[in-house]
Amino acid sequence: MGTLYEDMVAYGGEVFGKEHMETLRECVQCGKCTGGCPSGRNTAFRTRKLFQMALTDMREEIFNSPELWFCSTCYTCYERCPKGVKTTDLIRTIRNLAAKEGHMSVPHRMIGVYVLKTSHAVPLGPAQMELRKAVGLDEMAPTAQKYKDQLEQVQTIFKTTGYDAMIDFDWDTMNLKGMDKGGKK
Amino acid sequence: MSEEEGTKEYAYFLGCITPNRYPGIEAATKRILKEFGIETKEMMGASCCPAPGVFGSFDMHTWLPVAARNLAIAEEMDLDIVVTCNGCYGSLQEADHLLKGNPKLKEKTNEILGKFGREFKGTTKVNHSIVVLHDVIGLDRLKEKITKPMNGVNVAVHYGCHFLKPREVRGHGSSETPYILEDLVKVTGAKDVDYKDKLMCCGAGGGNRTADSVQSLEWMRQKLVSAIEEGCDCMVHPCAFCHLQLDRGQAEMNKAFGTDYNFPILFATQFLGLAMGLSEKECGLDIQTTTMPEKLLK
Repeated sequence: MGTLYEDMVAYGGEVFGKEHMETLRECVQCGKCTGGCPSGRNTAFRTRKLFQMALTDMREEIFNSPELWFCSTCYTCYERCPKGVKTTDLIRTIRNLAAKEGHMSVPHRMIGVYVLKTSHAVPLGPAQMELRKAVGLDEMAPTAQKYKDQLEQVQTIFKTTGYDAMIDFDWDTMNLKGMDKGGKK
Repeated sequence: MSEEEGTKEYAYFLGCITPNRYPGIEAATKRILKEFGIETKEMMGASCCPAPGVFGSFDMHTWLPVAARNLAIAEEMDLDIVVTCNGCYGSLQEADHLLKGNPKLKEKTNEILGKFGREFKGTTKVNHSIVVLHDVIGLDRLKEKITKPMNGVNVAVHYGCHFLKPREVRGHGSSETPYILEDLVKVTGAKDVDYKDKLMCCGAGGGNRTADSVQSLEWMRQKLVSAIEEGCDCMVHPCAFCHLQLDRGQAEMNKAFGTDYNFPILFATQFLGLAMGLSEKECGLDIQTTTMPEKLLK
């Protein structure tokens, strides 16, 4: 493990390219990001502050702060940054690193459970089948929720990348570990 | 792609919210595109896109191959994709963009897809349904089919975020001065009304709704109030995920804040559908939370 900045460049760089990540060092703390942030208007989330904390390697403080998850990834700051800092992609990268180190809420982990069980983050249920019929559609669209072999392909991806382990998914109960006993890890 | 003889086909990537919560969006979109000779083909085995701000925030290395698998399904059909959700648009277009620009990433992704015999080649194009309406069908042809003009209806346009931004990937010009939805609203005879929080996010994305729903509903409340204050009759948007937040979210908001809002929310093809003579029922507007006023249905 390097500094948070080094880890961001290494990890995010694989997906976005290193130069994309290195824009963090261009930040001049002008605050234009925070100024246009819809979350900043309503919560204690401060984009400018987050980037200063990232550059000064305040990893634990960032990872332990609930505000890290109050960015809606709206890209307003990304579009407006006068220095071309790739803000939203940097925030997503920080969140990836936080998640890898276990900082992921149960409701966020549950979204992965829905996809692992049905291939959809928002699955189809009996009530929605009726809605579909009401507008003249088949009760079930031919998505991976309908076909076991297709769903297994999605599950294979999650197993290969270790997403199942990251959220503590239990393949026997098809839920988060301990959730069948009403427990919350 | 079969563009000859005026017929065109798209692989319709449904995502989650459209087919599983708001099938009216799916029905209206299919009906309208068909009206102009455009066929939408089902994507057998497609999954969640997966949500760009959610799975992209948790693990990009899972987000990317799941998106690439969906792209590969359309490639196997030899068709371009059309979507009705900004989340799907965001994920699929960004994944396509990243994979095309990074051979190493593509190789790594295809190693995973190869486990079940699939491959991302980079041969499909991800289109948003409102761009198909605006650019492929065009405003002139749309106008010819307007049988129930929306004269006197004041519309608050809501873009959502991932349709316009980041502009370097989306390619729809400035995210601060958009025009596509405004044009689609005006072609019906309705008035496009500017309002304070027009370009603000609905509050749902990036896992924010899941992280703290009441806080995320407060952004939406501010947005709705700013549209209502300008005398708007309804909100028209291009995103199934925003629809969930803006429509069902009003019931959650009324419960959380003790308010009594019922501000009509319509996906772009539902609004156009009404103006083209489809019924409230055919557009699925009778099976959602917010109700349609007489003004929109007459």
